[in-house]
Amino acid sequence: MIQLESISRTFQVGDQPVHALVDITESIAAGEHVAIMGPSGSGKSTLLNIVGCLDRPTSGSYRLNGSDVGVLEEAELTNVRRHQIGFVFQFFHLIPRLTAAENVELPMIFAGVPRAERRQRAAAALEAVGLSARTGHHPDQLSGGERQRVALARATVMQPQILLADEPTGNLDSQSGRVILDMLDQMNDDGLTLIVVTHDPKVAHRADRIVVLVDGRIERRVRGDQIGEILAMLAEENEE
Amino acid sequence: MVTAPEVFKFAAKSLTGHRLRTGLSLLGVTIGVAAVVILTALGEGARLYVVDQFASLGTNLLIVIPGHTETTGSFGVGGVPNDLTLDDAQAIARLVPAARRVAPITLANDEVAYHERRRQVAVLGTTPEYQEARQLEIASGEFLPAEEVQRGSPVVILGTKTAMELFGSTEPVGKIVRVGGWRMRVVGVLARQGVRMGMDFDEIAIIPVATAMQLFNRTSLFRILVQAHAYSDLEIAKAEVRSLLTERHEEEDITVITQDAVLSTFDDILGALTLAVGAIAAISLSVAGIGIMNVMLVSVSERTQEIGLLKALGVGRGQILAAFLTEAALISSIGGLLGLGLGWLAVRVMVRLYPALPASPPIWAVVAALAISVGVGITFGLLPARRATRLDPVVALAGRQG
Repeated sequence: MIQLESISRTFQVGDQPVHALVDITESIAAGEHVAIMGPSGSGKSTLLNIVGCLDRPTSGSYRLNGSDVGVLEEAELTNVRRHQIGFVFQFFHLIPRLTAAENVELPMIFAGVPRAERRQRAAAALEAVGLSARTGHHPDQLSGGERQRVALARATVMQPQILLADEPTGNLDSQSGRVILDMLDQMNDDGLTLIVVTHDPKVAHRADRIVVLVDGRIERRVRGDQIGEILAMLAEENEE
Repeated sequence: MVTAPEVFKFAAKSLTGHRLRTGLSLLGVTIGVAAVVILTALGEGARLYVVDQFASLGTNLLIVIPGHTETTGSFGVGGVPNDLTLDDAQAIARLVPAARRVAPITLANDEVAYHERRRQVAVLGTTPEYQEARQLEIASGEFLPAEEVQRGSPVVILGTKTAMELFGSTEPVGKIVRVGGWRMRVVGVLARQGVRMGMDFDEIAIIPVATAMQLFNRTSLFRILVQAHAYSDLEIAKAEVRSLLTERHEEEDITVITQDAVLSTFDDILGALTLAVGAIAAISLSVAGIGIMNVMLVSVSERTQEIGLLKALGVGRGQILAAFLTEAALISSIGGLLGLGLGWLAVRVMVRLYPALPASPPIWAVVAALAISVGVGITFGLLPARRATRLDPVVALAGRQG
């Protein structure tokens, strides 16, 4: 479903080029649960952003369901972001002046979904994440875990095929984090392709497989239950 | 496709979500538009006031003034012109066919007294023709009696305020008053006329011209009013009067003006004044526009993250722009309407306080103010948004601005 071929991403920072990703080639099948790990600066968020069509590679090709994303025009990209991909961010990115329900309705508003259907689908999505009692609350009235659950509801309300999560539990306590991870697992079981960027082994452990990035390259690929083997390696990298 | 009402609601929610910012922008536009309305209303009011005053002169009027501008440099002041006499007035009446009515005028300030009550008023000496020429209305009694011009009987017509102040509720007609010390009988009282051509016709005493010239001890008239038969006769009458009097005086020592020339000069001047005032107001409106731009710039840079999020959620660039455009249009049009309302209210208050000044904003100013406020709001609201929507979502989400 997702085919990355020789993906590279270089940033200009001042007058120095920064090679965030170098020659990444990887395939992810539908329904997989993949974790991307690596020390900070390894390029994991950058890779996720490219897969999520939020960023463009400097070179290489990205085929999503067979089509080359790189040649898509802005309007078509918008469509992909709207219908095929859902994104959950570390810092939630909810709109503070809207209620939980209105935040979840947001993608549907601009997709032209009629009001009654929007309300109903938003209510259903919030119920699925256990927040039926909080639909009228504003983000500043919700805990971190609740906010991330609203973000999760928003990310899935358009029924995408792929859900991308960038450090989804990074800003949460372990209890709330567990709740989120359980929900993600559940959705994956229901057929949603799940790609999670994390530095937390407890998160990565739940994945089917783990891709380890170091300095913009894929260093290793292991199964989720082989997390122990790479922990030492990651610890070393962090100390350097 | 997302519907217009949805974009509208999203934009409206954005505005209410940042009340201080929205309020300040609104205030800027409101004040700018109100300023345009009020200032142009004042200018237009001044213009209409003057035009009105001239219109009340009555149409088809010529005014003969002793003294010629070329020799004396100003109207009737300085130099030694020949007297403008009652005979001159009669000659005009007899010999100028285009003249329909002729009214000689002499004018001074003097005291009118009834028993112990006294008033200092303008005392106007003239003939019965004056009433028609100036379209004066009588409230009770009559105007000056028809008689030989040279005769000058001791009668007087009082203005409505003067009559009220001297007589209270007593009927003035038939009573004896003293004008400048001379005993005169009140034969009529004018209806309320107001101020016309700088003269207050409510505080006035009108007596026959011959009486006045004796009373003031003068030999020359102040003015001669000539009413032509029709507007089309005006220029002919002017030429004929001028040549007749020049011949009689053996020099051209009089000036004949039509109310038209003066009127159109004033109209031009005050028209220019209104434009100038409108320009000042337009500047204040531009400042408001810059205020909107400032606020929208801040708004966009603060909401770059939100724009990035919207793009990540699959909202198209055009849709995002439409939302920002709607926000800007909402602020400008609501501000514009509020400004119109505020301006209109202020103008009404002014008219209440100064009823003599018919202040009213001209249509072109109102339309221009609204158009500018909406145009400025949209332009300056849109430009910053365009930049933000071009960013890659990742950059925007990080709060960076490219």
